[in-house]
Amino acid sequence: MIEFRSVSKQFPDGTLAVDDFSLTIPSHRTTVLVGSSGSGKTTLLRMINRMVDPTSGAIEIDDVDIASLEPVKLRRSIGYVMQNSGLLPHRKVVDNVATVPLLRGVPRKTARADALALLDTVGLDRALADRYPSQLSGGQQQRVGVARGLAVNPNILLMDEPFGAVDPIVRAELQQELIRLQTELGKTVVFVTHDVDEAFLLGDQVVILQEGGRIAQIGSPADILANPANDFVASFVGADRGKRALHVERSDGRDVLVDSDGRLAGVLVGDAVPGQARVTP
Amino acid sequence: MNWAWTNLDLIWDRTIDHLILSVPPIILSFVIALPLGWLANRYRLSRGVILTASGLLYAIPSFPMFIVLPALVGTTLRSPLNLVIALTIYGVALMVRVVADGLASVDVDVQRSAVAVGFSTWTNFWQVELPLAGPVLLAGLRVVAVSTVSLATVGAVIGAQSLGSLFTDGFQRGIQAEIIAGIVATVLLALLLDGALVAAGRIALPWTRLRKTSKVETAT
Amino acid sequence: MTIFGAAIAWILDAANYTGAGAIPGRVLEHLGFTFLTLVVASAIAIPFGFAIGHTGRGRGLAVAVSGGLRAIPTLGLLTLVALWIGIGLGAPYVALTVLAIPPILAGAYAGFEAIDRGAIDAARAVGMSEAQILGQVEIPLGLPLLIGGLRSAALQVVATATLAAYVADFGLGRYLFSGLKTRDYAQMLGGSILVVVLALALEGIFAMIQRIVVPRGVATSRLPVDRARSARPRPGMESAITKGNR
Repeated sequence: MIEFRSVSKQFPDGTLAVDDFSLTIPSHRTTVLVGSSGSGKTTLLRMINRMVDPTSGAIEIDDVDIASLEPVKLRRSIGYVMQNSGLLPHRKVVDNVATVPLLRGVPRKTARADALALLDTVGLDRALADRYPSQLSGGQQQRVGVARGLAVNPNILLMDEPFGAVDPIVRAELQQELIRLQTELGKTVVFVTHDVDEAFLLGDQVVILQEGGRIAQIGSPADILANPANDFVASFVGADRGKRALHVERSDGRDVLVDSDGRLAGVLVGDAVPGQARVTP
Repeated sequence: MNWAWTNLDLIWDRTIDHLILSVPPIILSFVIALPLGWLANRYRLSRGVILTASGLLYAIPSFPMFIVLPALVGTTLRSPLNLVIALTIYGVALMVRVVADGLASVDVDVQRSAVAVGFSTWTNFWQVELPLAGPVLLAGLRVVAVSTVSLATVGAVIGAQSLGSLFTDGFQRGIQAEIIAGIVATVLLALLLDGALVAAGRIALPWTRLRKTSKVETAT
Repeated sequence: MTIFGAAIAWILDAANYTGAGAIPGRVLEHLGFTFLTLVVASAIAIPFGFAIGHTGRGRGLAVAVSGGLRAIPTLGLLTLVALWIGIGLGAPYVALTVLAIPPILAGAYAGFEAIDRGAIDAARAVGMSEAQILGQVEIPLGLPLLIGGLRSAALQVVATATLAAYVADFGLGRYLFSGLKTRDYAQMLGGSILVVVLALALEGIFAMIQRIVVPRGVATSRLPVDRARSARPRPGMESAITKGNR
């Protein structure tokens, strides 16, 4: 469990990125921080592994104040995946994945063997192990990035817009892969994105942020869609328009769903089940 | 600094000599490097040949260059022409790479759209590529100017008169002030030419003045 | 081409290979001087360059100081220092070390700055200590540009060492000056050819080293895209390295 307690962050240039932010992130679930640029979402994420230290307030992981932990050691116990993969260009794929275990003193042979196994886990062919990052596609690089994040079998996995720089088809693939991984591994995932669809797809808990890290709403995707807390949230998630504002029409004796622009969105295949707001697209 | 005040005439004369030696190479190297740089940017083969050749020419030390040139092109060792040619060679060697890189830095989309709306190679070069490469070219030319002014002083060791003569003369006669005056005058002259190029750039490339300094992106 | 013939004959003349001021001795002096100067200048410039590149601090000052040093004409500095500390090797050593520092310094920090910030940020985020980032990421990835800086420093030192014969009895430059004095064009030209060959040989060797130290994996990724998102802006970096005066 990760807890933010009244956390604020003011950068040296005066920008107040986060103002009095409190949040509890449950274990073994995916929490998505979503907001547009300037909402402080990346700053919040980077506070969890002390890449950024708060100006005031405290962050606790399993009731331990992380300010009391040594940053380098803390970071080695937390998986981190970023946009553009951040792989070391002069190291082969397998060595990139093994980076952190090697730093922690795992013998080279073991680390490499584990790294190869991790390539399987993230759905990469082992034949790529001896390639350099520049020889991989963007999607493959991101998978290597995820494998590196998992290499020390961390409880916590931080993901900073990890799929932001790949094309939509590959992104969809990677998202499904992450959902699969998460059902297998059950990590505490903290995921940052500016894409509401991605947030709703991946998040068990979604945190919608406004500027300065102000929380506009917290809840499951269904909660948020069904009951937007205010106009900001409604407009941010698009609940009032387009493909999210659906209504039922009868067509050829079946109920079809039509969005606000009159486009066909799907077919209603069953009666509404309480507490389950999923629509077959 | 008494020496400098009593010898202002001498310093002035040497400054004029120095200008005669260094201004023509700066202009010539730009004019000569333009087509060569264009060629280097245009074809893979010519790029290799031209850039390697200019790299090697630039690696030749200036003092030996001043001595070898007369044997090659028949100039007289101490003549200004000999120095002007040598300094032009260095300027071209430096500038060719700058021109090639500058042209390569022009946004591909801009070039494509220029071709798409019907610019010929010739008009595209003069109206699109050259102006857009302008800031890079200007930066390169400033380097050429400063280094040419500095290099021209070396001519003094073979007896060609310039501000460098104040170094050799000051050394032989043991007058520190003369050497210092020479260094100061050389640096000032370099700054002056550099400033002139900056001013010329502001006139020739007016849009670069309008560029806003983009705000530093803060992490979200 | 008879002038060149005479120069070649001078280079091959057996009389120039014995006694004081023989060609092999002069070549060794020249090379030894260049090497020592580079070592001393590197010992000063590289730690500073790495510190600037790693922290991103002090860059403005370094650029200003390097720029200032570079604008100073080498011959002026050489003669001035010679007047201060007397004729001999001391003056050239001091003057040339000072002149060799800016390109090496620039190569050291520019090498770090050219590294993709994302790679360094990620290295820190996964738990590399600052020392590990320096040793395992920044130095290996920045090495090619550092060698580039050493390369232009070496060229500048070889060239200026020739001029240093003006204030000290050493190196290949002696042939040029004594030839000038006695109007012995064959000796002057022969000496010049030797200096040019030496400089080009060094240039070739450094070009090779520079190619070798590019880490595999980086060599395959020299795409415009990668260059575009490299690091902090670095105006004038190119010039800081390639530009030199002799």
